[in-house]
Amino acid sequence: MTTTPRWRALTHHHLFWPVAVLVVLLLVNIPFTPDFFSIKMTDGHLYGSLVSIVLFGSPLILVAVGMTLVIATGGIDLSVGAVVAITGALTCAHLSEQADQNALSGVFTALAIGLAAAVVCGLWNGFLVARMGIQPIIATLIIMVAGRGVAQLITDGQIITVSSEPYKLIGGGYWLTLPFSIFVVLAVVAVTALLTRRTALGLLVESVGGNAEASRLVGIRSRRIKIMVYVFCALCAGIAGLMISSNTSAADGNNAGLWIELDAILAVVIGGTALTGGRFSIGGTVVGALVIQTLTTTIYTIGVPTQTNLVFKAAVVIVVCLMQSPKFRAKVFGAKRAAQQPPAPAAPADTAPTADAAPKLEVS
Amino acid sequence: MAEPRPVLEMTGIVKEFPGVRALSGVDFRLFPGEIHALLGENGAGKSTLIKVLTGVHTLDGGSITLSGRPVRFAGPAQAQQAGISTVYQEVNLCPNLSVAENIFIGREPTRFGRIDWKRLRREAAGLVDRLGLDIDVTAPLSSYPLAVQQLVAIVRSVGTADGEGAGTKVLVLDEPTSSLDRGEVLELFALMRRLRDEGVAILFVSHFLDQIYEVCDRMTVLRNGTLVGEHMVRDLDQVGLVQLMIGKALGQLDELHEHQLHADVGEPLLEAEGVGRAGGIEPFDLEIKKGEVIGLAGLLGSGRTELARLLFGADQPDSGKVTVGGKEVAMSAPNDAIGAGVAFCSENRKTEGLIPDLTVRENIILALQAARGWTRPIPTAQRDELVAKYIAALDIRPANPEARVGQLSGGNQQKVLLARWLITRPQLLILDEPTRGIDIGAKAEIQKLVVSLSEEGMAVLYIAAELEEVLRLSHTIGVLRDRKLVARIANGPEITPTRILETIASGEHQ
Repeated sequence: MTTTPRWRALTHHHLFWPVAVLVVLLLVNIPFTPDFFSIKMTDGHLYGSLVSIVLFGSPLILVAVGMTLVIATGGIDLSVGAVVAITGALTCAHLSEQADQNALSGVFTALAIGLAAAVVCGLWNGFLVARMGIQPIIATLIIMVAGRGVAQLITDGQIITVSSEPYKLIGGGYWLTLPFSIFVVLAVVAVTALLTRRTALGLLVESVGGNAEASRLVGIRSRRIKIMVYVFCALCAGIAGLMISSNTSAADGNNAGLWIELDAILAVVIGGTALTGGRFSIGGTVVGALVIQTLTTTIYTIGVPTQTNLVFKAAVVIVVCLMQSPKFRAKVFGAKRAAQQPPAPAAPADTAPTADAAPKLEVS
Repeated sequence: MAEPRPVLEMTGIVKEFPGVRALSGVDFRLFPGEIHALLGENGAGKSTLIKVLTGVHTLDGGSITLSGRPVRFAGPAQAQQAGISTVYQEVNLCPNLSVAENIFIGREPTRFGRIDWKRLRREAAGLVDRLGLDIDVTAPLSSYPLAVQQLVAIVRSVGTADGEGAGTKVLVLDEPTSSLDRGEVLELFALMRRLRDEGVAILFVSHFLDQIYEVCDRMTVLRNGTLVGEHMVRDLDQVGLVQLMIGKALGQLDELHEHQLHADVGEPLLEAEGVGRAGGIEPFDLEIKKGEVIGLAGLLGSGRTELARLLFGADQPDSGKVTVGGKEVAMSAPNDAIGAGVAFCSENRKTEGLIPDLTVRENIILALQAARGWTRPIPTAQRDELVAKYIAALDIRPANPEARVGQLSGGNQQKVLLARWLITRPQLLILDEPTRGIDIGAKAEIQKLVVSLSEEGMAVLYIAAELEEVLRLSHTIGVLRDRKLVARIANGPEITPTRILETIASGEHQ
C-alpha cells in the first residue's frame, strides 16, 4: 500500500469523511446537470446551483450549529422546529400590524420580539434539563409538540403574510451579489467558533458531555453551561425562523421548520460529533448540513420520482453513516489491506532459552 | 535440559496509538505448562500486549505465532477459538444465572434445537470436578463470593474451545487477585497449578510481587513499551526485579517515614464540627493543620470515602459546619470547597475523575479553568508552560500533552489528576486511594510527592487501604469503624499497623 504519512494524516482528519461525501455528492450531479458548477451573474446577483445549495441550506446550518453544542453536552433539542415556527409567527404577526411595514424601527422591534421568544424557549428547555433533571429528549419534546400549537395560536391558524422590504432582505435579499442569508450564516458560525474556541466554553462543554460527574467534581458549573447551550440553540433556531419566514414573506405555524430538528441532528452526526456528547466540531456540522442540502438538491436534479424521495434520501444517509464508521471501513477496506500484507515470517527454530540464559540487562 | 517449543511466540510487536507508541518491538514467548508473569510498571505496555495477543487491538507491526502457525486475530472471539482465553480483573459473568449456565453461556449443548439442560449441568459439574473445585453448579453465581466467581470465570474460559479443557492452549489472567483475600488467592493458585500441569500455558499479570514469586516459573519484564528481559523466576530476586521494572535503584521510602515523624505542622486550616450525613457517616469533628498529613484508616465501607466527600461538598452534609481558615464554607457543592482551596482526587479515576475523550493538556487545566470561569481562558503560552511543567514534575508518560488521556495507563492517569489539582495550588488536597491499581514505581513517586507537598505547607487528607502507606505518610491517623470516626492518633514510633488494626477491631485506642 502506498500510504504516505501525509495521506494518512489527511484521511485521519476529522473533516475528511464529511468533506469527501460532500464532494462525491456534488460530482454526482454533473452527468445530470452539466452546468452544475457554473455560476452566472444576472442583474448583479450571482446565480447557480452552488449558490442555491448554500442559500436553501442556510436555516439548516444555523439550527445544526446550535444543535451541535447541545449534543456536545450529551443532550438533544427536539424543539428547534417549533421554535422556528414560533419566532416566524411572532415576528410576522407583529410586523403585519405595523402601519408602515418598511419602517426600520418596526422591523427591528419585530425581530427582537421573535428572538426574545426563542430565548424564552431555550431558557425553558435549559431549566427543565439542568435544574429539574429531566431527560433532554423528553424536556424538549414538550415545546416540540406544544410549540406548534403556540405558533398556530399566534397566527390564529392562518398563514400571515407580510410585505416588508427590509425584512425580506434577511432570507430572500442580496448583498454584495450574494444572498444575504449567507452572510448571516457566516456571522453566526464565526461567532460560535469564537465563543467556543477563543473562550473556555468549548472545553467546558466537551467536559460536561464527556463525563458529567467528573465535571461536577472538578467544579464546572454544568447547570449554567447547559442552560447556556439550550438558549444558544434556541436563538440559532430563532434566526433560522426569521430567515425562513422572511424568504417566503409569510409565517406558517404549521409547516415552517417542520422536521428540521431531525435534519439538524443528522447534520451534527455526519459532521462527526457523537450523540453521546463530548468532542464536537462546528466545521463538521456545517459540512454535514451542506451534505444534507446537497442531497436534497441532487434528488431534484437527477429526477428521483417524488414518491421515492425519502427512501432515496434514507439510502444515501445509510451509506454516509456506514462510510463514517471506522468499524465498517475496517471490515470492508481493512480486509483488502490485510490480504495484501505478506504472511508473517516463520518462527525461528528452537530458540527456547535455557534456565541459565543470560539476562539482557545487568542486575545488581 | 531440552525445553519444548514455545506454544506462543510474539516477535517484534509494535502498537501505536495517536501520540503514543505503546509497544516498540516487543518479543514475548510462552511455553506449554508454565506460569509466566508479565511485569512492568503501569504504562510499560502489559495491558496493550495482552490486548494485541487477544485480538482486542490490531497489530501495527510484528508477528504472532501460535503452535508454530502465524496467526492474526480480528477480535477476541477469534483468539478464543484459536485457544487463547482471557479472564479480566472484573468478572464479566451474569450473577443471576446458575454457575453451570455461566460456564456454558453462548455455547450451550443443544438437543433438537433446544438447550439440553441435563447435559449442560452434567458437563459443568464434570469440568468443575476435574479442576478440583467444590462448587454446586446449580446454585446461582451470585450466591458465591467474588473469588469463587473468578474461579468460575476461569473454568468458563478453559472450557471454552470445545466444551472441554483440551482446547485452551493459552490462558491469560489479567490481575485476577487484586480483590481476593489470602485464602482465595491460594485456591486460585491451586487451580492455576492444576491447569499448568495439564499443559496449559498461563500468562499471569499481578501487581503483587510476592504472588509472582509464589506461583510463577518464568517472567518477562517490560518498561516503556520495550522488552527489558526474560528470566526464570528463581534467577532473579525481588530487589533486582523492581530495579528492572523502574530502571533505577529503589528510593528509600522508609526515609519518608522518619521524616514525617519529625516534621512540624502549622496552624489550623480546616475545622469540621459535627459534620455528618445520614446513611454516609455519623457526625465527626476533625481539625486539619497546614502542612499536616492526616491518614484515614479503616476497612472498606467504614466511611473513609464518605468523610472525604463531605469535606469537599461532593455530598452535602446534613449536619455540622466546616470552616476553612476561620471562614465557614457552605459545602452545598464542590464549587464551595474548591473556592476555599480544597481539592479532591476521587478513588474512581474513570467515573469521577478523567474526561477520557479530552487530551492530557485539557484534563490538566480543567480544574483551574473551571475556577476561572468560561469567559477567562488561560492564555495559551501560560497554559502550555503550566502543563509542560507538571508533566515534567510528575513524570507523566508519554510526555505528550496532545495524547488522549483515556489511552494512558492507570498510574499516569492518576498523575494527570494530581496535576489537575496541584495546578490550582490548593490548601488541602484530599487523596482517596491515590495508589490503588498502580505499580510500585508510581506508588513511591506519589508518596514522595505527598511528603514534599506537606513540607511546602499543603495539608493532605490521605486515604489508603494499605496501613503501611498511611503510617508512613501521616502525622495524624484517623481511624474509622462502622461509619464513625472512632479515634485520632498522633503518629509516632510506637504506632504500628497492628496497633491500628486493634483500634479498627475494637473501636478504641489505648
